[in-house]
Amino acid sequence: MSMDDVFRALADPVRRQLLDSLHARNGQTLNELCEGHAMSRQAVTKHLVILEGANLVVTEKRGREKLHYLNPIPIHDIADRWIGKYERGRLRALGDLKKKLEGKER
Amino acid sequence: MKNARFVYVVYIRTTQKKLWDALRKPEFTRQYWHGAWQDCAWTLGASWKLMIPDGRVGDAGEVLEIDPPRKLVVSCAAFILEPAGDLVQLTVTHEMDKPQSKLIDAVANGWPMILSSLKTLLETGQSFPSTREWPKGM
Repeated sequence: MSMDDVFRALADPVRRQLLDSLHARNGQTLNELCEGHAMSRQAVTKHLVILEGANLVVTEKRGREKLHYLNPIPIHDIADRWIGKYERGRLRALGDLKKKLEGKER
Repeated sequence: MKNARFVYVVYIRTTQKKLWDALRKPEFTRQYWHGAWQDCAWTLGASWKLMIPDGRVGDAGEVLEIDPPRKLVVSCAAFILEPAGDLVQLTVTHEMDKPQSKLIDAVANGWPMILSSLKTLLETGQSFPSTREWPKGM
C-alpha cells in the first residue's frame, strides 16, 4: 500500500464518514457500521475493502464477528511528511482555538 | 461498557529478528519510545515495567505470552510480528479496561508517533528526534 492508496481512500465522503464512525467508537461490526448509512451492506463492504487496502482500517476476528478498527498510522505519516517537528505544538494550539471559536469538533 | 481497544498496523522494511530486538532492548526503545525502557526478564510470567527516563514507573504488569520472534503480550498490550513479503507487519493491540492515569493515557495516545519512529529507526538508522526524550511536564 502506498500513500496514493491512502489519498484515494480518503477522497470519498462515505469512507471518511466510516472513519469518523470508527473514531467515535472503535471496533465495530459490519452491521454496526451499516447503521446510519442509507446504503446496502455490499456498498459499505466495498468501501471497507478500499479502506483496508490503504491500511486505514484493520480487522480482527472475535468469535464469529469481524471487528473493524481505525488505524491512524498512515494519516500520521501524511502529517509527518509536511509538518515540521517544531510546528506541532503551535498547530495544535491553533486547531484548539478554531474549535473553541467555532464551537464544534469539525 | 466495552473496553476501549485500539489496533495499530505498521509495515516495516526489516526482519522479524531485528524488530523483535527493537521492541525489547533498552538501547532501541530509548530512541523511539520517548526515552523509556522496559525492565523485564522476558520470560513467561516475568514482571514487566515501563520505566520513564526520570525513574518513574509508567506502567507495570507481567509477560502474559512470549513466542520469539512472533508474539509478545505484556500487561494490556500485544505485539504480533508477521512476515509480509520483504516487509514485516507489526500489529499492536492495546486495551484499556479501567480508567487510566494521565500518564498511561499519554503513553497510549502516543502509539502512532512511537510506531512511526520505530519504523524510521529500523529503516534509516535514525529515530525522530522528538521521540528520543520524554515530553516535558508529562
